[in-house]
Amino acid sequence: MSSIAIIDYGMGNLHSIAKALEHVAGKNRVCVTSARDVIAAADRVVFPGVGAIRDCMAELQRTGLDEVVIDVARSKPLLGVCLGMQALLDESEENNGTACLGIIPGSVKHFKGNIGQEGLKIPHMGWNQVLQRGTHPMWKDIPDGSRFYFVHSYYAVPANNNDVAATTPYGIEFASVIAHDNVFAAQFHPEKSQNAGLGLLTNFVDWNGVS
Amino acid sequence: MGLAKRIIPCLDVDAGRVVKGVRFVDIRDAGDPVEVARRYDEQGADEITFLDITASSDQRETMVHVVEQVAGEVFIPLTVGGGIREIVDIRRLLNAGADKVGINTAAVSNPEFVRDASERFGSQCIVVSIDARQVSSAEEQPRWEIFTHGGRKPTGIDAVEWAQRMVDYGAGEILLTSMDRDGTRDGFDLALTSTISNAVDVPVIASGGVGTLDHLVEGILQGRADAVLAASIFHFGEFTIAEAKQYMARAGIEIRL
Repeated sequence: MSSIAIIDYGMGNLHSIAKALEHVAGKNRVCVTSARDVIAAADRVVFPGVGAIRDCMAELQRTGLDEVVIDVARSKPLLGVCLGMQALLDESEENNGTACLGIIPGSVKHFKGNIGQEGLKIPHMGWNQVLQRGTHPMWKDIPDGSRFYFVHSYYAVPANNNDVAATTPYGIEFASVIAHDNVFAAQFHPEKSQNAGLGLLTNFVDWNGVS
Repeated sequence: MGLAKRIIPCLDVDAGRVVKGVRFVDIRDAGDPVEVARRYDEQGADEITFLDITASSDQRETMVHVVEQVAGEVFIPLTVGGGIREIVDIRRLLNAGADKVGINTAAVSNPEFVRDASERFGSQCIVVSIDARQVSSAEEQPRWEIFTHGGRKPTGIDAVEWAQRMVDYGAGEILLTSMDRDGTRDGFDLALTSTISNAVDVPVIASGGVGTLDHLVEGILQGRADAVLAASIFHFGEFTIAEAKQYMARAGIEIRL
């Protein structure tokens, strides 16, 4: 039996991701927590997030959980979701430029002006294809090109191409998943992506952090 | 290849039970919301929208419990609209597992509420619901205005200007219902839908009037909607969501199958 901690730093509702993880976790324990010792003791950690990056970073710093995330990223399986993915990079264009955690080299940009095609709506909202790059234990039993649920206006631009574990077409082909050692981070919401999402969460419950 | 157009079944919920109004008068019972949501999820619904039409405020809490139950077993986006007037209403629904809330009357009576809500919770969870009726005559350039209170109360506000203003205030999506078509099964008001969709950057959900699968196709191809919402054609088993999706895919629309 292992434990999965979902980091609660006051950014949005964690009910859905907790419910979805519980749904696939079997006997493994799932807890939503802001306690450093619980996160430090967990076998796996989920770093979620919705809202604006400035508020997200401010809350992480205020609670001291920024250091906790950095520690986890060095030591055990970490799943970043949505804003929890973007926060892993060096910086974001959002809120007139916001410094992020700097765990994965790269930046976060707004779709506007970067997707040439006329008529593409922002936010990028709905079910889009996730095109896997290479193999990864997190892709087990998930068909390449499966659709996941997205809702976002900013997207990650990792500096190292090797950190891109999947891309998604939306005017441009952007990095929808970043993977680096024991870190796996998705722009989409696995907890809202029905069978494909539950499959990914199942793989996370089983993942030992080796890519 | 790319972003799929969405099919969204809408469940009207009154005191915890699913109902569907035809022109908001003739209401029939179509079941338990958790059961219906689970069925739609199995059929491949891309999202589910709950419209809370509960009149009495002491039964409002019922909707929160419905959302909690559905969110515990259905892992697709859930939107809840109806009677949302205060920040606390939004917080309760999001905490119960809703992903988005639809704001309608409260946006008209207090537009700042939309700005406040989107600043607090993020645009991604704020859907502004617009109920519009055509106010121009057949010979005129088409014009639509906003109606509230289930389409009964005129406001004199132009629908296009209103949609743009709501996006400026932080709406992340527009749920657009033609009150002329709602319950008629004559198809979407395609002119209204395409006019609004072209006027705003955010996704537009077409609603009101679906009676056939061709209507869903038209809503996307001619109405330029990003998603289509329907109720009665799904509730009474005329078509499954899966049938609707296959039909739309055959029409060349990008669909999650």
